[in-house]
Amino acid sequence: MADELLQLYQDVVLEHNRRPRNFVAVVPATHHAHGYNPLCGDSIELTLDVREGVIAAIGFQGESCAIATASASLLTTALEGASVDEAVCLMTAFRDALAGRSSPVPAELKPLLAVRRFSSRIKCASLPWASLEAALAGESRTGAATTEGARQRS
Amino acid sequence: MSHLDPVVTGDTGLDVEAIRAQFPILHQEINGKPLVYLDNGATAQKPAVVIDAVSHCYRSYYANIHRGVHDLSQRSTTAFEGVRGTVQRFLNAPSQEEVIFTRGTTEGINLVANSFVRPNLSAGDEILVTGMEHHSNIVPWQLLCEATGAKLVVVPFSDAGEIDLGDVTARINARTKLVSVIHVSNALGTINPVAEIARLAHERDVPVLLDGAQSAPHMPVDVQSLGCDFYVFSGHKTYGPSGVGVLWGRYALLESMPPWHGGGDMIKTVSFEGTEFAEPPQRFEAGTPNIAGVIGLGVALDWLMGLGLDRIAAHEADLLAYAHEQVGAMDGVRIIGNARHKAGALSFVMNEAHPHDIGTILDNDGIAIRSGHHCAQPVMQRYGIPATARASFGVYNTRAEVDRLVASIDKVKRLFA
Repeated sequence: MADELLQLYQDVVLEHNRRPRNFVAVVPATHHAHGYNPLCGDSIELTLDVREGVIAAIGFQGESCAIATASASLLTTALEGASVDEAVCLMTAFRDALAGRSSPVPAELKPLLAVRRFSSRIKCASLPWASLEAALAGESRTGAATTEGARQRS
Repeated sequence: MSHLDPVVTGDTGLDVEAIRAQFPILHQEINGKPLVYLDNGATAQKPAVVIDAVSHCYRSYYANIHRGVHDLSQRSTTAFEGVRGTVQRFLNAPSQEEVIFTRGTTEGINLVANSFVRPNLSAGDEILVTGMEHHSNIVPWQLLCEATGAKLVVVPFSDAGEIDLGDVTARINARTKLVSVIHVSNALGTINPVAEIARLAHERDVPVLLDGAQSAPHMPVDVQSLGCDFYVFSGHKTYGPSGVGVLWGRYALLESMPPWHGGGDMIKTVSFEGTEFAEPPQRFEAGTPNIAGVIGLGVALDWLMGLGLDRIAAHEADLLAYAHEQVGAMDGVRIIGNARHKAGALSFVMNEAHPHDIGTILDNDGIAIRSGHHCAQPVMQRYGIPATARASFGVYNTRAEVDRLVASIDKVKRLFA
């Protein structure tokens, strides 16, 4: 099997896909967003409980491919207990790294960067992060993100 | 196991290796492996005769049609208009004046929606479709219903992916203005009983449109024996250029229809006091068409007829039955669409791997399939799945390529186990 494919579907990714962490709806949620990729139908609902600027709880649900599921699962584990400011920094750093820019990304998220060699799948890895951005933005604290919308903005 | 028609074994009379040799694009490696192109449901590749015909048009005789006395314009017009006769033979249509060139299936349906159905549609009227339509045979009707207060009525289908004719009969009534049905489902591969559906509709004087996007490339189509009133298909799925297609309609109906698009080429005379429209088919062909595309389409249809649509159907039926048998026997793989009569497409899902992941892993093996909702989201909703992986076959595919597909699906299984 090609090395690049094995890097994309490395054990960490497959394991998070098989047994996603924080695969729950946080209730009540202070912030939530629905991320949707109209091209493939991947759908992720991200819910957060933010207290005094800190993410006390974060969860996701939905139906998506292994890359999007693993990305969402790793996102939740990376952000639980983080401040909103830290979350925004991490989100920016990760999306910069996905876009091929040099950017500091924590070791536990690095397996996801193998997707950079598969241009048609970058949107899968970025969908949960676009959802996070949508959840944290907006007065209503209810967001929606689509990969197509994200593309138009960038 | 497959519930398909009996496997057509042995010699179908096609020299598939000789056919493959005519497709330049097939002879390349993708990710270091010989390309296996199994995305024919999305679009078919082009034989050299089609590529050369388009190129030859632009290189040697291209000009605008219907309007020049000069030599190039006359040659382009002759070549372009000659394709109507080719389409007439391809569909066994009564007249070449019934052949309207469009941009594709979608435009053909929208033309019928706006020129034929809309002028006679009132609030409370109904348009009947099936649950397995492509979005192109759903959205035009929804737009029409929204504008007029008419209702889109849907015939359900079984778990196997089949329509029950009783469900059709039960939904045709005095308010039904059109029955519009996909001939062969792009997502499930089902060949629908469209001749019977047309007969049932005609018993109540309801006209019938057939979406032939997935039937025209795969089987002989005879619009007279099918008994439909309109039949639409796309050039790019019949090994011709993209951006060109055909609407065939009964002449008496076409004659009764107002134009959809206004412009040049569709008029007899124009003055500011009023305009007299041309007869069909020109009435529905405003503006400069895809001239070289239509000429390429004509060559593609001639090429298909030269091979023999019956022999193509037999070859592809063999491939599909073989693929059904091989893929259907794999643990953890579920085939979506098990109709008794199928053509073209094998959709499947896997227990562990999402169709998108399947698509990436197969691509890494040089195998091109489609993963997604196939522009048929209601079909996905019917089965409660977000998407399927779909292998769809063409005249140049082989059993050896099905074996490559199966080996690659097995690799997905091992990776996700």
